Amino acid sequence: MKERPLIDVVGLKKYFPVRKTFLAHRRDRDDNLVRAVDGVDLSIARGEVLGLVGESGSGKSTLGRSLMMLDPPTEGHIVFDNTEITPFNDRLLKPYRKRMQMIFQDPYGSLNPRMSVGDILAMPLRFHNPELDAAGRREKAGQALETVGLAAQYLDRYPHEFSGGQRQRIGIARALTLEPEFIMADEPVSALDVSVQAQVLNLFARIRRQMNLTMLFVTHDLAVVGHIADRVAVMYLGRIVEIAPTRELFSHPRHPYTEALMSAIPMPEPGQRRQRIVLQGDIPSPISPPSGCAFRTRCPYVLPACAQDRPLLREVSAGHGVACIRDDLELVSPLAAHPNPSASTTSLASTTSAYSLPSIANVRS
Amino acid sequence: MTTATHYLPASRRWAWLANPTLRRFMRHKLAVLGVVMITVLVLACVFGPYLLHYNDLSIDIRNRFAPPFTGNHYLGTDALGRDTAARLLNAGRISLMVGFCAMLISIVIGTLIGVIAGYYRGWVGAGLMRFVDAFLSFPSVFLVLVLAAFTKPSPMMITLIIAVTSWMEISRIVEAEIRSLRERDFTLAARMIGASNRWIMFRELMPNAIGPIIVAATLTIANAILLEAYISFLGYGIQPPLPSWGNMLNAAQQYLGKAPWLAIIPGLAITLAVTSFNFIGDGLRDALDGRSDLK
Amino acid sequence: MNADEKIAVAHLNVAFRKGAGYVPVVHDINFTIGAGETLALVGESGSGKSVTSLAIMKLLAEAPKTRIDGSAIVADRHGAPIDLVAMGEQQMRHVRGNRVAMIFQEPLTSLNPVHRVGDQIAEAIRFHQSLSKAAARARALALLEQVGIPEPVKRLDCYPHELSGGMRQRVMIAIALAMEPDVLIADEPTTALDVTVQAQILDLLRNLQKKNGMAILFITHNFGVVAEIADRVMVMYAGRIVEQGSVSQVLSSPRMPYTRGLLAAVPRFEHAGLAQGELGTIAGFVPDPSTPPSGCAFHPRCGYSIAGRCDQQAPVLEEIEMGHQLRCVRWRELATEQEGAR
Repeated sequence: MKERPLIDVVGLKKYFPVRKTFLAHRRDRDDNLVRAVDGVDLSIARGEVLGLVGESGSGKSTLGRSLMMLDPPTEGHIVFDNTEITPFNDRLLKPYRKRMQMIFQDPYGSLNPRMSVGDILAMPLRFHNPELDAAGRREKAGQALETVGLAAQYLDRYPHEFSGGQRQRIGIARALTLEPEFIMADEPVSALDVSVQAQVLNLFARIRRQMNLTMLFVTHDLAVVGHIADRVAVMYLGRIVEIAPTRELFSHPRHPYTEALMSAIPMPEPGQRRQRIVLQGDIPSPISPPSGCAFRTRCPYVLPACAQDRPLLREVSAGHGVACIRDDLELVSPLAAHPNPSASTTSLASTTSAYSLPSIANVRS
Repeated sequence: MTTATHYLPASRRWAWLANPTLRRFMRHKLAVLGVVMITVLVLACVFGPYLLHYNDLSIDIRNRFAPPFTGNHYLGTDALGRDTAARLLNAGRISLMVGFCAMLISIVIGTLIGVIAGYYRGWVGAGLMRFVDAFLSFPSVFLVLVLAAFTKPSPMMITLIIAVTSWMEISRIVEAEIRSLRERDFTLAARMIGASNRWIMFRELMPNAIGPIIVAATLTIANAILLEAYISFLGYGIQPPLPSWGNMLNAAQQYLGKAPWLAIIPGLAITLAVTSFNFIGDGLRDALDGRSDLK
Repeated sequence: MNADEKIAVAHLNVAFRKGAGYVPVVHDINFTIGAGETLALVGESGSGKSVTSLAIMKLLAEAPKTRIDGSAIVADRHGAPIDLVAMGEQQMRHVRGNRVAMIFQEPLTSLNPVHRVGDQIAEAIRFHQSLSKAAARARALALLEQVGIPEPVKRLDCYPHELSGGMRQRVMIAIALAMEPDVLIADEPTTALDVTVQAQILDLLRNLQKKNGMAILFITHNFGVVAEIADRVMVMYAGRIVEQGSVSQVLSSPRMPYTRGLLAAVPRFEHAGLAQGELGTIAGFVPDPSTPPSGCAFHPRCGYSIAGRCDQQAPVLEEIEMGHQLRCVRWRELATEQEGAR
């Protein structure tokens, strides 16, 4: 049952030139390039949600955008549904644009303030469904709006009349208008309040099921990715350092960076000031990454051998890949304190009109 | 700052009166004054000549150099006994018209070039902007004079010449605005959707640059009126017997001692028009700047 | 204000002018923070949490555009109590950065991009104390070391854009702590930072607090951060405190339906990767301050509201157990419901 993945990324690199002064400019110098994405292999199966986690400077957003061919990659191959799209120009990409859509982070900047919601939603149809007339487009736009839980009468309003959460929904509706197969969501909930974030996450879960979407969910928030993703990839300085099914990653992290990342997350449980791994220093510059393993400058488990060769992703268990030369580490997951949440987990299921108390009582301080 | 939709006024017809941009503009006393003055000026120039007792062409040598308020000559008469008020208002029609049309043409050219240069960047953008720079480096008044010397000096020609020398500023402003708008997420979204370049430039980006364009437009009119006055004053612009404020000044030069009002009056008119447009431009700039399309 | 309290805020009300009248945005805030204690102020956008802190620091627009009532008492250098609300701008300048300091969310815009970092710290010091340039610079260096910036001598001469987000926030903390204030107000200082950097900054704040015993008012919307750094927590909604108590009380047994709703909306780490139902959500919108709902401000969105009670009575803050206060008329019935469900 080995179906071909919907998206295959091989050896993707995206480098940006650093502008030097005229006198210092020499094209081949090493310190001339920002290595935002430094060799990534990835595949996303049809219907899967892959979470891409990383901090600033990890290259996750750049990876997402390169994948969508917004900024063509410097090197590497992107294969969408068996077709390599990397060398395509805008004209050849057009039929693929219909099948791959993107949702942006900033609800305030991602909608054109001068266009009404109806225009914004109908715009994709102008280019991909030319057989529709204005009335047909309007109808489809109304449908998309209802899918995300907003009334069709809002078609004539302008973005500034809506709140952040609603604008984000409109952005989602726009992505859904063309009924794509794949959606790249670039930090879609980071700018939203907690309760609004929950609504939008619920919406994602619902449309994903309804429309059988494949998603790449880029975020810096591990708790969010834990809620929505089937598999998670962790990025550091332009490389994927660990990738695994979600539960596996959270219960058995195998890379020191993943361990540090999870340990740094503050959890809303009182009295849990646990021993956390506080990484020293800052992320190194992507212009001159450390030799060998990029994480070695901050890794608590570093060995001299780490400086030599760049570690490749190796499979340590089914579907679980780690880019670390050490396989003898006993890494701690915060889930160790909560191996199996009790059966009352299922009480979280609720209609959207009410809310329920999570089983905090079962989680002891 | 959340704005839930059910707080909107139900009737949207008069909603524009509450428009914050309008409100901000109204707070600018000088700008409002500018609007009033221009309205008065335009109305005077359009309807005034029908209300006066004399027209601008009737020559009355016996009454030449009559000072203002002589009989029915409210503003006096000139060297040929023509009614200054009538001449002024008719000249106003031409000067204002030339200014306005020149502005329109230069806005069209400047916006077009600015949008294309701002969107394409790379060689196209840089090349276009250097072309703009080249034009800018000519002293505009001299350019205008040179062009005027070689062409037939009809109002249409003058309009074109002024337009050709005024569009550069606008294209610089537009290019800068488009360049920054190009990086916004909604532009990326449009590219994602596969919108054509033309669509993105003119339906997505340009409407967002309207603010600076409008401000630049008002300042361009002011400039155009001044330019017309310059070249007409120097004798290369609107030719008599067609009146323009500039050539009225020209004609008044030799009589400064004898009949100073012949120079002062058109001069005041030019000043009034130009400062009014400048005030309006300032007010618009502040009003549109504060407009927040972000939150 | 007692001897060990560093700041006492009583009946703080803030209103913004709109047209002819005033719209109240913050209603009757009362709290005290003791030495070495951290109080977290939690709320979503529109709850009034930032306005509260800006009002205490007198950083809102001048009257008559805003109206602030109540009192916010801190101690001056000699231990005498002074009321910030009553103070004029001139006096406030000597209080800000001196007795009460504030750090903000976005250090890039809080620091002047054209001045070096060392100069900015020294300038802050020299405003309050008469030190020579050299002495101020030495003190700035000591502060940079204190906040854990590596290679502080080099960093003194860096510009803000040459530093990372975490470092800039440390510089902000250094400036804030330069005069050893009694009270530190931190307005979402880690929201814009990466999670590992956030852990570093929270650690730093805790250590600094242990050393100099200052009181911290920590504003955030993240309950995880609250659990990490705070001793007590206040939840704000529509300009009012709706629940207040120790961190363990509020996070383990929240009684106010809004607090419960917020906690239910947070994706749980321990449920990562498991088949989960939907996250709890709160229907509706934050009310516009100029058209507040009748009775309880939360009732239009509350799943437990009862017509006739919740929309009539405006609930007051009641103490339901030692140190735990709540603004809900139905809390007793809801508590027994919850007990029954367990």
